[in-house]
Amino acid sequence: MAKTILPIGPYHPLQEEPEFFTLTVEGERITDIDVRVGYNHRGIEKLSESRTFDQSTFVIERICGICSTSHPFAYTRAVEDIFPMEVPERAKYIRTIIAEGERIHSHLLWLGLAGHFLGYNTVYMWAWKLREEILDVMEILSGNRNNYAMFKPGGVRRDIKPEDIPAALKKIDAIVPTLEMLKNAVIDDPVLHARTKGVGILSKADSIRYSAVGPTARASGVARDLRKNCPYGAYDKVEWDMIVTQNGDVFDKAVVRILETFESIKIIKACLEHLPEGEIDANITSVPPGEGIGHIEAPRGETFHYVRSDGTNRPVRHKVRAPTYMNLPTFKATIVGETLSDATIILASIDPCYCCTERMAVRDETGRKLLHGQDLVRLSREKTERIRREMGVEPQ
Amino acid sequence: MGMKLRALLKSPWVFHLSTGSCNNCDIEVLDCLTPRFDIERFGILLAGSIKHADVLLITGSCNRQSAERLKRLYEQVPKPCLVVAIGECAMSRGMFIESYNCPLPLDHIIPVDAYIPGCPPKPEAIIAGAVKLIEKVGAAT
Amino acid sequence: MTREQALQEIRARFDGVILSMFDKSPSRVYIEIKPEALVPAANYIFWELGARFNIATGVDTRTHIEILYHFIIEEINLLVSLRVKLDRDRPVIDSLTPSFEAANWVEREIHELLGVEFKNHPDMRRLLLPENWPEGVYPLRRDYQEWDKQAVRDRGV
Repeated sequence: MAKTILPIGPYHPLQEEPEFFTLTVEGERITDIDVRVGYNHRGIEKLSESRTFDQSTFVIERICGICSTSHPFAYTRAVEDIFPMEVPERAKYIRTIIAEGERIHSHLLWLGLAGHFLGYNTVYMWAWKLREEILDVMEILSGNRNNYAMFKPGGVRRDIKPEDIPAALKKIDAIVPTLEMLKNAVIDDPVLHARTKGVGILSKADSIRYSAVGPTARASGVARDLRKNCPYGAYDKVEWDMIVTQNGDVFDKAVVRILETFESIKIIKACLEHLPEGEIDANITSVPPGEGIGHIEAPRGETFHYVRSDGTNRPVRHKVRAPTYMNLPTFKATIVGETLSDATIILASIDPCYCCTERMAVRDETGRKLLHGQDLVRLSREKTERIRREMGVEPQ
Repeated sequence: MGMKLRALLKSPWVFHLSTGSCNNCDIEVLDCLTPRFDIERFGILLAGSIKHADVLLITGSCNRQSAERLKRLYEQVPKPCLVVAIGECAMSRGMFIESYNCPLPLDHIIPVDAYIPGCPPKPEAIIAGAVKLIEKVGAAT
Repeated sequence: MTREQALQEIRARFDGVILSMFDKSPSRVYIEIKPEALVPAANYIFWELGARFNIATGVDTRTHIEILYHFIIEEINLLVSLRVKLDRDRPVIDSLTPSFEAANWVEREIHELLGVEFKNHPDMRRLLLPENWPEGVYPLRRDYQEWDKQAVRDRGV
């Protein structure tokens, strides 16, 4: 059967970020995939070397918009690991609150996009409408919808005022019923089961070989979560569960993320209700020579920062490793053998954040373009309609 | 040219392009299209293909690879077309001005009609910027 | 296996090639080994101790090029970092990609940003830098100079 190369990208409406995949197909089956990255490479590691430790936090925050807290969190922990030192209790709780708020908004964002790719535009609109409520909560607590600028080496930059907490709690409680409705709409829908169960399976052995992280690994049965294994912040002081499933397909990845959102709500509420009094900043004046490593569980997996200092006020080396960097290569294991109509949802299921990975899209050597990105979305939605008809389900 | 531009202002279709950004601006642009801000009620839709675009919304700090593709895409867009630079990175590369991979700001590559500052600009700011642009173009034609 | 047992095992097995072991804190250990021993040591830590490969960090100190391989054993909350020091003029080391796939992109990135050669890497292509980036220019090296005459570095105000 003739082999054809199918480029997806770099700028097509499926993904906000430019990335380029080249799928080699035989008929309808995908036989190979190549990912080309680098369209977002901005040389941030080199920029860090010409900024002071405190200024670096602002650059680091703009590595990624969706997971914008996880990078400063890991970076400040890396700088504190050079000493090594602990930040005050209140700072730990505030950091946890901001990090979990971000996890909720990131998972809701993913849920909306996944619905969009499958043709469930209602899920897309509802999930993003719900996301606005969480962004309001973050605005009450930190002053901004996305780049919170709350972290600094040694603690947090601003405090949470006691009079803001009741308003934030009230808004969080108001989200829960809609979230329940979304969860049931997704988990109980038979058409979604047919579309996503058994699709894009990442086995446990592959997950370990590629060192996949985050929900991508937890959906394959790898029971590891940095918040439980290497506790930081206030995660060891509140009650919550790690969500692990066994099958490793797209459905499991969705389930892990949805259930994690409920756990995050538990954590935020517990932290807001039991916020301890005290200092929010350890007031670091200078960083000693040495090296430090900070890693935290971001919405997509483990974010890892390494900082080396020589006693001056600028880092000598700052290494950033985002979770999607380890998860992207798993495409080779999950998408080969699947059909074209499933390509888009499998690619989206690892929740790729290309800006974090600073990656670019694939190039097509032959220059033949048979299907546009839009055609792939259309294929994906047609498959959903076909399954609906077969099952006798009412169209949405 | 004047009449064409005026005609497209009634319901401009936007095409969104990221030239190497952190995606915050891109997400805020998508936020404008979701139920809370909902600019679709003004007829502003996200176009699927660049050939259907009336307005280009560009974010990101134009790194080397994206700059090549940006030039090619700009040539493909049917003129007249308005270009809006959203966010600090699109305006002047912001804090990435010294980066080895971001040599030129956006307005050295393609002509820009409006700048919306912010990091990221809130959806209200994006809508205000779009309205100002439409008024300015409407007054000029 | 506890933390002490793990470190003792590593010390016993790789006695001849460990140049230094810095026990920084309960969850951080930095072990410097000879470059020739990298592959057996990394294989032992990844496959036998069940660690996850985190990332490799390349650093250009002015005298030599260092690569740190970070592994984490999550069950006992221990991060083991293997350090190798390479000659700055010709940095060469064996690739870990044949042992586990996780090292593939990591080594490609270090190669194009720092100029380290990885022997036996199956697919050494560019990962992040554009095609028109000149050969032999490594951005993360200390002696990197701006080569692009067209670049605009002032804001114009």
